[in-house]
Amino acid sequence: MVEQKVVRIQVPVLARVEGEGALDLRVRDGTLEGLALRIFEPPRLFEKFLEGREYREVPDIVARICGICPVAYQMSAVHAIEAAFDVQPGEWVRALRRVLYCGEWIESHALHIHLLAAPDFLGAENVIELAARYPDEVRRGLRLQGLGNRIIRLLGGRSVHPVGVCAGGFFRAPTPSEAAKVLAELRAAVPDAEALVAWTASLELPPSDQSFISVALRHPDEYPMNEGHLVTSDGLEIPVERYGDQFREVQVPHSTALHSLHFPSGTGAEQIGQPYLVGPLARLNLNWDRLPPAVQDGVTRSGLQFPSRNMFHSIVARAVEIHYALLEAVRILEQYRCPESPAVAVTPRAGIGYGCTEAPRGTLWHRYELDDKGDVIGATIVPPTSQNQARIEEDLRLALEAYGLGRPDEELRRFSETVIRNYDPCISCATHFLRLRVHRT
Amino acid sequence: MKPRVAVHKFASCDGCQLAFLNAGEALLQLSELVEITHFAEAGPLDPDGQVDVAFVEGSITTSEDAERIKRVRDNSRFLITIGACATAGGLQALRNTADAGDWIASVYASPEYISSLPTSTSIAQHVKVDLELWGCPVNGRQVLAAVRALLFGVPPVVENDKVCMECKRRQTVCVMVAQGVPCMGPVTRTGCGAICPHFGRECYACYGPAETINDVSLGRWFEGLGLAPDAIVRRFRFINNDAPAFRDAAERIAQSQRPGSPGSAGH
Repeated sequence: MVEQKVVRIQVPVLARVEGEGALDLRVRDGTLEGLALRIFEPPRLFEKFLEGREYREVPDIVARICGICPVAYQMSAVHAIEAAFDVQPGEWVRALRRVLYCGEWIESHALHIHLLAAPDFLGAENVIELAARYPDEVRRGLRLQGLGNRIIRLLGGRSVHPVGVCAGGFFRAPTPSEAAKVLAELRAAVPDAEALVAWTASLELPPSDQSFISVALRHPDEYPMNEGHLVTSDGLEIPVERYGDQFREVQVPHSTALHSLHFPSGTGAEQIGQPYLVGPLARLNLNWDRLPPAVQDGVTRSGLQFPSRNMFHSIVARAVEIHYALLEAVRILEQYRCPESPAVAVTPRAGIGYGCTEAPRGTLWHRYELDDKGDVIGATIVPPTSQNQARIEEDLRLALEAYGLGRPDEELRRFSETVIRNYDPCISCATHFLRLRVHRT
Repeated sequence: MKPRVAVHKFASCDGCQLAFLNAGEALLQLSELVEITHFAEAGPLDPDGQVDVAFVEGSITTSEDAERIKRVRDNSRFLITIGACATAGGLQALRNTADAGDWIASVYASPEYISSLPTSTSIAQHVKVDLELWGCPVNGRQVLAAVRALLFGVPPVVENDKVCMECKRRQTVCVMVAQGVPCMGPVTRTGCGAICPHFGRECYACYGPAETINDVSLGRWFEGLGLAPDAIVRRFRFINNDAPAFRDAAERIAQSQRPGSPGSAGH
């Protein structure tokens, strides 16, 4: 009889992600028998806090779900509330909300590329070590991150939990001179963004060739942020209100984050759900043709092509979106003028509203039921990381088998962390990170 | 030897850690002045190492975390809470007045998989805290000023002025007087820069209670502006709902509205 030995290895919390989680691997005779990404970030129950609160309080509450992407939460919320009240905030608000979102994409993506992901691909433990070896690249990244925050401060007063957004528009419009100052800084940073795209494309990324379903918003004329239909890489196109027909959250025992799955033929109990990808790579794969030529040319010059089946191209996709967001914010701010009022009047009415926007790490879907006074009766929030969780597990299975399960535990842990981190998981949103247990028998 | 600094996370949105991660060049300078031994989101991991200063983000919501914070305290000379969650239990302390079990059951299909305490509590309710930095979120100026003061060997300055003072210094027109909006500035601690009134909106007290607040008077102002009693209570039961001064204020206002109480006469 073959002696059975269970090897259990505990490594510390997974670094360079937001929140806490762990990975359990069960390996028998060199093959992967079980894999579970466990998330044990304590649940904070935001959907319940929202009940009984007035619609005006919602943007300040939902911002607290995530310190890195508060704008995304505020955007999905105000769009849902405005849909329920049938309010159209008009062109000025629409344009300036795009500028605000550009700020968050630049800040969040620059933070992820330099502080969280790049150390994986350049053999550094963290950004401090990376900064010693690549001082210019890290400083460029910190400058871009600072610029993203600068944009958020222009429209929100501060970059974490900004205070400027309300249903109907903004509390305050920037003065022309404030806008002009930020515009000048943005223009000066365009060469930084171009160089960042080329740098990420030159990184030696691990090989990866996987088939996966991409899901993102798609807009008739522009790269998607606040508006559009939900589309998938297998041809589905649905209005955001119908998200629940095709996608459903399921609970798994090992996680405080719910898993979302795609049910192509309806969410009936007998149907089998499929993992899917949201986030920068999914957006870029589905919306390449919506990028302006200047951004496309930067990618083409670097020798890469999108759509891509290499999950590690996510870091390049983030850089591309920084470049895009910078140019988009410049385009809008060049035409900046002060409006008569920074917001339109909002009259509450009873109803249900849906809001779906593109958070830096992927599609963020909100649904609110409101009463005639504008108080919240019920709220449902589906964050990007719970949508990606099943895809991360699928990727890990494929990637670890290709990498070789016979490798030492320490190498498996590092590689697993790299795979997970590539998704920029925000575990705080989805419900702490990587404790790896390998069970070998 | 450089002083050793750790940043620990409990139940939170990670936003206060950004006071470090958004500091840009100052983050690199900080890494030269001190040794950052544990800061999971930034990379360094040594959760049980001895440090000179521990920054703690987040509130205590699980029995594991209630044990972990004791270890952090044992390993740290100076413990600083950063933000509303660590300092006052955070927005998620709203569960303390609700049946958290029911809430979990309504969010999760299989609540038996979720292990969570019925309460969200501040760090000071579990261990001794040496300095509290209020704010949702704290900003870079606050955390770097605290580090700088400790490096100089002087006690960090405690800010407990009211937001109103900050508005006067910024020469911001009072939004409550000029626009009639229910501003929490008169009872709220400064440190944010009074950005909400500057943006033409009411302060919503994300920096927590200031020193010696007059919540009764403010409640009357709000009544005068036409707010219903439950709306006044909600202003105190918000980001810092479990800060004792706000918790008591909300309770007093709610009590005074109950039938038969003196405050309910004439309503």
